[in-house]
This record gives sequence, structure tokens and C-alpha cells, in this order.
Amino acid sequence: MSIFETLSGYFQFPFVRYALIAGVLIALCSSLLGVTLVLKRFSFIGDGLSHVAFGAMAIAAVVSVSNDMLIVMPVTILSAILLLRKNGTKNVRGDAALAMISVGALALGYLILNVFSKSANLSGDVCSTLFGSTSILTLKVSEVWLCVGMSVLVLAIFILFYNKIFAITFDENFAAATGTPTGVYDMIIAVVTAVVIVLAMNLVGSLLTSALIVFPTLSAMRVFKSYKRVVVCSAALSVGCAVFGILFSILVSTPVGATIVATDILAFMIFSGIGTFRRK
Amino acid sequence: MQLICKNVSLGYENHIVSEDIDFTVAQGDYLCIVGENGAGKSTLMKALLGLHPPLSGKIEFSDGLKQNEIGYLPQQNNFQRDFPASVQEVVISGCLNRCGLRPFYRRAEHEAARTNMEKLGIWPLRERCYRDLSGGQQQRVLLARALCATRKLLLLDEPVSGLDPSATAEMYAIIRHLNKEEGITVLMISHDIFAATREADHILHLAHRPLFFGNTEDYRKSDVGRAFLRMEEGEQV
Repeated sequence: MSIFETLSGYFQFPFVRYALIAGVLIALCSSLLGVTLVLKRFSFIGDGLSHVAFGAMAIAAVVSVSNDMLIVMPVTILSAILLLRKNGTKNVRGDAALAMISVGALALGYLILNVFSKSANLSGDVCSTLFGSTSILTLKVSEVWLCVGMSVLVLAIFILFYNKIFAITFDENFAAATGTPTGVYDMIIAVVTAVVIVLAMNLVGSLLTSALIVFPTLSAMRVFKSYKRVVVCSAALSVGCAVFGILFSILVSTPVGATIVATDILAFMIFSGIGTFRRK
Repeated sequence: MQLICKNVSLGYENHIVSEDIDFTVAQGDYLCIVGENGAGKSTLMKALLGLHPPLSGKIEFSDGLKQNEIGYLPQQNNFQRDFPASVQEVVISGCLNRCGLRPFYRRAEHEAARTNMEKLGIWPLRERCYRDLSGGQQQRVLLARALCATRKLLLLDEPVSGLDPSATAEMYAIIRHLNKEEGITVLMISHDIFAATREADHILHLAHRPLFFGNTEDYRKSDVGRAFLRMEEGEQV
């Protein structure tokens, strides 16, 4: 049986189709967000927020609400706003505050799970939240719709505010001086960051979400030198890597998240090579 | 009058940098703001742009000029070195204040960007990456962006810092042309007192209190101006 027949066999299962739909949308959103975060020097915020989301997930699991998102989403959005706000914490320096929050949330999350969890397979649960081992393949229809809705919202924001986001990322002072309300856009970016990270946790798990955000942009920046091309290339690259990673992991039964990230790393190396070659 | 500053004092929280600043700018003026480091030149500029409100006093724009219609040329080197942006993308981002909530640029904005790029001789560079240009070319790109944002008033923060002598001369010539031929009002912050007295027709000398405001001829004859010029001359020798 050829690879294509195997694949089309798999496509008979709804969970595979769901995984692909959700995976493509999440990859698209996270790569668009990535361009902004990388260029604004906020790459680490993605990492910090994903740890916060893990902590929130642990609390949600313990208090067993009907839908985890009800707790995870608001907590992560709130942390994003606090972290991205200008001159937020005056007592602690920005990067130190970020490190504190992110490892703090990770430790507390694990602690809470260990003490209160009724689950029989605790380490399996933790592992799947951190590395997303199977969660993308166990999505319910309602979760897929949530994912589709959120992604459409995020895409709409990026398309409608494309020029504004470029201006405040390139030169925030100039944008503010010519009347762009930079504070409002920073807030929008903070909320979008939180939403994308929570969605991306389904795909690759909380420890790996920042890979999904950072790698496609950095790869695109190796080769392309205009903002538009970097945005388009990183979106295409991210979607391509996600599709390849999901299919590969289904065929060879490797963990989905790690496979996608490995594909992203491979793409980054190829693009770096092309970039170096071009400069010569 | 395009711009009127009345009794403005500038500073941060409890710390006053400069106070009692009074000056006016009329259409077509070329005003140079000089003074030592820490005299509040950049703070004044931020106040004019509405980025950092003055502690007290009033800054008024008139003659149909709005605060968000100032063409602002920031000091060099506060950009990220690896930012992927083409010349075209940077220049047209100056048109953003015409868009309001409209998400995309129209033909008029593309035309404006093109006109300003041609005016400054960077049209052939439009596809190039901003970060790959020379210092003088980068300044011209930012000046074209500033022109997209304004039709009336340019605010230039140390426009020649870090440029080599020929690029400096070129930059001053472009600014002079924009002021004399196109009638655009120019406010320039400068370290170079000789260029300031040579190029500008008005001088504002800032210190903790403003030491001088008036036209350049009077400044040369004033005690402040003579002392400052002599001091700078001494440093140059």
C-alpha cells in the first residue's frame, strides 16, 4: 500500500481531519503573531505566557470546570496584558518579572496537579499538557469550532491592522507622534498573544508553543528583507511545517508537537543556509 | 502663527528640566533649537509631538495644523538593525495619519509616497531593504516618511548625527530646499551651533530656562550666542 493510500485511509477518521484543520489554523495564527513578537523583541513573552497557561490548566483540571478554556483563557489574557503593559512593574525589571512569573506558574501548576489531582495517570497528564503529545488528535467538534472561531478573529485583526502593526513595530514613537494610539494596539497584541498561545497549546503543548511562534519568522527573516514577504513566507512555512508534522507523526506515530517543532527547526536550518548562500 | 508655546515647563514627575519656554513659529520659519546636553531639547520635542505632555503651560497649533500632522524625523540608531522593511514600506507608513480607521492605503497615499521618494531621490531604492542602506540614504528614507506625514511642518531631531561630511552637506541642502522652495516650516534640534546659525533664520537656545529666542542675526550679536559660539569654536580647535 502506498503512502497516499495509507493517508487517505486515515482521512476517513474525523479526528485526523479535525487535527489538520486546527493545526493549519493554529500554525497560521502563531506565525503571524510571531512576526510581531520577534520584531518587537517580545519572543520570551510567548514562552512565559505558555507556562502561565500551564498553571491555569492545572487549576482548571483540579476544580474540574465544564470547559478548561473558561479558566485558562482569562488568566492568560490577564497575564499578557500585565506583561506587555509599558513600565508595568516598577520594582522588578521586565525580564526578571517574566522569568519569575513563568517558572512560578510552572512550579505551582505541577504542585497543584500533584496534590489535588484525582487522575490515575498523573505524569501522563502533565506530559501531554507540556508537550501536547496527543491532545490535537483528541479534539472534540466543539473545540475545533472554538479553534476556527478564534483563528478567524486573529486573522481578521492581523489583516485589518496590518499597516498599523507594521508602523508601531518599526517605530513606535513615530506612530504615536502621527496619532496612532499605540497603547490600544499594544493591548490588542497582548490579547491576541494570549489567545494564540492557549490555542497553540492544543497543538504542541505549552512548552513548545514559543517554537511555533518564533521559528517561522526567524526562518523567513533569513531570506526575505521586506516586511510583507517575511509575513507571507513565515505564514506559508508555518502551515507547511504543521501539515507535514501532523501527517508524519500519524504515519510514523511520533509525538505530534515535537515532530512539528522538529520540522520547523529543519526549515530554519535550510533557510539559514539559503540566506548565507545568497549573501555571498 | 503655526505653533505657539506659552510658559511651558518640561520635566518628569518632580524634576523640572526646563521652564518658562516661550516661543512662536510662523509658516515658513526655519527654527533651530540648540543647547547643552540635558537642556531639555528632546523633552521639548516629545512635548511638541504629544508624546510627553508638558508639566504646565500651553502648546497650541493653529493655521490648520494638527498635532498629528507634524512630520517627525527621529534621531538615528534607535531602530533595530535586523528589521526587514523595504524603503517603500517605511516611507508609506508616514501616510498612516491620513487613514484613520481605514485599514489599507489608497491610491492617493501611494502617490504621496512616490512623490516624496522621487523628491528625495530614493525612488530607485524603493525595493531595497532599509537596513542595507547607507546612513545618508536611511536619513532620506525617514525624511520622505516625515514628508508623507505632513504638508506643513517638519520636526527634525539631530538629522545629521552620524553622517559623513558629504552626506551632512547633502542633508542640509535638502532641508534648505524644502524650507525655501516648498515653504515647509522646519524645527530642527542640533548640536552643531555653526550649522544652526548658518542654516536657520531663528534660534531657540535652551537651558534650565531659555536663554535666547529670536532671529539668527540677533543671536549672533547676543551675549549668549557669542559666548556659546566662542566656546564651541574653542572645542573645535
